[in-house]
Amino acid sequence: MTERIVIVGYGMAGARLAAELHARDGDRKVTVLGAEPHRAYNRIMLSTLLAGKIDEPDVELAEVAGQGADVRTGTAVTAIDRAAREVRTADGDRHGYDHLVLATGSRALVPPLPGLDPLPDRVVPFRTLDDCRRILAAARGARSALVLGGGLLGLEAARGLAARGLDVTVVHPVGHLMERQLDQPAGAVLAGTLAGLGVRTRLGVTATGVTADADGVRLDLDDGDSLAADLLVLSCGVRPDTALAAAAGLAVDRGVVVDDRMRTSDRRISAIGDCAQHGGTLTGLVAPAWAQARVVAEVLTGADPLVRYRPRPVVTRLKAAGIDLAAMGDAVDAPDGGAPVEELTFADPARGTYARLRIRDERLTGAILLGDNPAVGTVVQLFDRGAPVPADRRSLLLGRAFGAAPATPAASPALMPDAATVCQCNDVSKGALVACWRAGARTAAELSAATRAATGCGGCRDAVAGIAGWLAEVDPAAAPTAGGMDRVEVTR
Amino acid sequence: MTDGARVATRPGVRPPREAATHCPYCALQCGMVLRQTGERIEVAPRDFPTNRGGLCQKGWTAADLLDHPDRLTTPLLRDRPGGDLRPAGWDEALDRVGAGLREIQERHGRDAVAVFGGGGLTNEKAYALGKFARVALRTRHIDYNGRWCMSSAAAAGTRAFGLDRGLPFPLADLGRADTLLLVGANPAETMPPLMRHLADQRERGGRLIVVDPRLTATARQADLHLQPLPGTDLAVANALLHIALTEGWLDRAYVADRTTGFDEVRRTVAGCWPAEAERLSGVPVADLEATARALATVDRAIILTARGAEQHAKGVDTVTAFINLALALGLPGRPGSGYGCLTGQGNGQGGREHGQKADQLPGYRRIDDPAAREHVAAVWGVDPAELPGPGVPAYQLLDSLGTADGPRALLVFGSNPVVSAPRAARVESRLRDLDLLVVADLVRSETAELADVVLPVAQWAEEDGTMTNLEGRVLRRRALREPPPGVRTDLAVLAGLAARLQGRVPSYREMHNKGPLLTPTEAFPTDPAEVFAELRRASAGGPADYSGVSWERIDADTGVFWPCPDEGGPDTPRLFADRFPTPDGRARFRAVTHRPAAEPVCADYPLHFTTGRVLAQYQSGAQTRRVAALRRAAPGGFVELHPDLAGRLGVADGEEVRVVSRRGELRAPARLSPAIRPDTVFAPFHWPGAARANSVTNDAVDPVSGMPEFKICAVRVEKA
Repeated sequence: MTERIVIVGYGMAGARLAAELHARDGDRKVTVLGAEPHRAYNRIMLSTLLAGKIDEPDVELAEVAGQGADVRTGTAVTAIDRAAREVRTADGDRHGYDHLVLATGSRALVPPLPGLDPLPDRVVPFRTLDDCRRILAAARGARSALVLGGGLLGLEAARGLAARGLDVTVVHPVGHLMERQLDQPAGAVLAGTLAGLGVRTRLGVTATGVTADADGVRLDLDDGDSLAADLLVLSCGVRPDTALAAAAGLAVDRGVVVDDRMRTSDRRISAIGDCAQHGGTLTGLVAPAWAQARVVAEVLTGADPLVRYRPRPVVTRLKAAGIDLAAMGDAVDAPDGGAPVEELTFADPARGTYARLRIRDERLTGAILLGDNPAVGTVVQLFDRGAPVPADRRSLLLGRAFGAAPATPAASPALMPDAATVCQCNDVSKGALVACWRAGARTAAELSAATRAATGCGGCRDAVAGIAGWLAEVDPAAAPTAGGMDRVEVTR
Repeated sequence: MTDGARVATRPGVRPPREAATHCPYCALQCGMVLRQTGERIEVAPRDFPTNRGGLCQKGWTAADLLDHPDRLTTPLLRDRPGGDLRPAGWDEALDRVGAGLREIQERHGRDAVAVFGGGGLTNEKAYALGKFARVALRTRHIDYNGRWCMSSAAAAGTRAFGLDRGLPFPLADLGRADTLLLVGANPAETMPPLMRHLADQRERGGRLIVVDPRLTATARQADLHLQPLPGTDLAVANALLHIALTEGWLDRAYVADRTTGFDEVRRTVAGCWPAEAERLSGVPVADLEATARALATVDRAIILTARGAEQHAKGVDTVTAFINLALALGLPGRPGSGYGCLTGQGNGQGGREHGQKADQLPGYRRIDDPAAREHVAAVWGVDPAELPGPGVPAYQLLDSLGTADGPRALLVFGSNPVVSAPRAARVESRLRDLDLLVVADLVRSETAELADVVLPVAQWAEEDGTMTNLEGRVLRRRALREPPPGVRTDLAVLAGLAARLQGRVPSYREMHNKGPLLTPTEAFPTDPAEVFAELRRASAGGPADYSGVSWERIDADTGVFWPCPDEGGPDTPRLFADRFPTPDGRARFRAVTHRPAAEPVCADYPLHFTTGRVLAQYQSGAQTRRVAALRRAAPGGFVELHPDLAGRLGVADGEEVRVVSRRGELRAPARLSPAIRPDTVFAPFHWPGAARANSVTNDAVDPVSGMPEFKICAVRVEKA
């Protein structure tokens, strides 16, 4: 059994692991060393914080400090001594471990542009809570902002700043936005949607340099143009933070290489989250990081020694005021032979809606859904589970509104079959109402009294009245049968 | 109109021709008038605040069972295992039960006898049954079928608010809500007259949002229908709260002034992204946002849960997630707003307040609370130390019957677990292993068919008493006539059994010289008015305080809302206006997160199975399946499945299919409908035999409430 667990990194992965360990074994000694000075926070909510919809305390994550875990924030780890099985921190401390988990995350990439070294005050990457604070400080009193990078994070930052009332322009070197998740038409629809939210886009242009001073910042572009604003946010991708692992001699590729149990090349060291590379893949997303944390917790506590990390297919989801985007699978790539591929597309660019679905062997292999796509939840689930697609493919594009519309009574009672149920609560058919009419009932109230129609939920009151009206028109002369309306027994 | 006592029904008084009473079935307790003209008994709706003059087909036909050929009018005995039930006299039957219980308790201890009650029993009967178990049998083993109905909502409500009353406000408040969210509720089929309030709501421009895996009759009327995978409501609730948090829609002042524990919930739901809920549930993020907005940006919003959300092994946490949402939006206690649960059984509310639940004493007191034991023991005239401790929840109890350490005898009142219990084949086998099974019922229910002794008891139109409806409104049930010859009331049965059990143990009164031994007649009166008077004293000071409720007061108005501690003082239509009945007066948030269903789907069992109800049948169907009109409307079980799924299985509409789980199978005709998700199949649970849905269901239970996971398990579907 593992005695002392040390977690390096108190971001979303590290904090989650500490919580998972605590949930399984509250007595275990766990030390968490976080370089950032804050308690664990929810990185995904930073763009909401940027938008001013929430306050800083709202991005706190549930944490285990004070519940057995020794959490040390503002404590940067400088080295791993694998032989001594201890880590060293910037303040000179040493922490011995029986098992070490690296959750060091990733760092924002600062592009090698003239003018960015050192980083001017008005130029801020968008990655950490401190970055967010700097952006907010710079945005105070600002009227305009530039965002360099039109990927998911850059667009979230742009939207957040636009929500604060800033005039925002996104500069992106590729011909359309989010090119890793979207095809060209989807990118174009997204750009249109963003324009409606006050975010301009400059596509297919590369930044060549930055000039910043007390009055503002200027971004020079390779088409000879240059853009000026009060603030420049950099969102040019991230790079896994592997320095510690590499210095300690662990196998490192783009990230720290791990196996299915998230173990590195040293069996006493694991890595999870953005810094880990599993099966040749870096994730950069929270859901896989948390799944990895669960695996490590199960392994270290012995709760499930057979557990293995199995990555789920990635669904990229951007859902914010005015933007609804889901992208998954191979929708962007060209089909590569194999079984024939069905493609479904729907586009209504004027309303910001675009959908493209790729189906192979009755399974969804990829999708891009942008704008108002009512079946997005179904599409995500079908893709996630590899479940067969509906026989009527249109329902994937148009949602439940198509084909699943409730059977409503025919507009005219004349068109209703006699067997059609008018009153569900009392199981009364149109035929029963007609029989009552023939037996002498002449008003909706009399029909109700005789058949109990409309005496339950009352929802069919209008329908019964409609039938009474129709019968008055088509069958006015029907004479009451002998015995009249004393009690009409109707076989329902 | 008042709920006027147009008739007085006391023993010895000639039965009246007319009785203003309430429907025998669901918790809506629709007001109705029974009229007897010669041999004919007619039902007519009353304009009561709950049903407003409406009745569903079940209510209209309720009297059809009074003189039904299937009605039992004599006790039945089985002389040897495997033999047939034969008619017997009451003395013979009660002697057999008394002797059997005595012998079993002498040989195996007091806890070798168990009692199983029902949520349809009147308050008086539920109270008497609990007292009978604790005082006459002195067994800890009593529980009831309400465990399978309300227990998750009850536990979550108590945890959050310090009190569990289904609706903490009158039903009419629903009609004034700007937004009404129904989670796992299908009142259009289960309590149709309630829909009149929803029609009001929509006429006033309110929005109705329904969360249900099926496009039910209720969901069809909704402005927005969220159709999640069964078992993902908790994730939906947390995502709604996440959205409200990130959109700045929380009622921060309310949270600060009236609640505790929000920070932990806030930090937890911060990690519950709508996109993750969408992936789990299939509910589009845009619909989640629309729902959160509709709840958070109006004056009056109400969130209601029902069995769809609650009948899960995580039912308590699911309800808690919706309560968290309601609290964060500042709804509970605000006029016209709040959280509530829609109670199912007729007296599901009162039935859980007066002591037929394993861990409770009358007045919704805890049986492990020394002060509660002392109070109730004093009312009962026994030593508090003589009162048994808490028993086990319903399924655990049934599962243990006839096992090495389990009870050897079971008394069943007002329940039919052979049809209604989860993993019913297992329960059936447990019942068969008992030394003595006694069932009190109107008809030979499927459970009665297994009994050694069947005792024929009175129906609702033959007894007086009180019921507490889904609003916490205490109502009067009034007798139209005496029971037919050969039939006794449940109270008379308990008195008869008590007479055969008492005298074995010196009572507290005798030991402490506090007067003579209580005679069975004194301890177990057969007059429900006397029982109610005692119930009032026993409930006094408890959370569900009825001490100020009298039959006369109920008669003079449209019922009385508990708590009502003072006969001259007000009752409580609306709870939580100023404070919550917790020690610090604040409601308690509690962080909860989604967890998967107890039984995930797999290659062998790739489909989700869920159960529910149809309009024309009630619960196990022992009553409604015998009413000809209801049988015509809903003649038998069926399996609802999506045409896409049916197409892949090669199943045509109406074709017989088998639904197979690890626990058993059901066979019934397929009913193809696009109203259900293609990954889920549905069957109603009202039928026995081959079509019994509970042959398939999972007996995994909620760790807090003991609620079984009726609403989701893994199955495969095959052509039969």
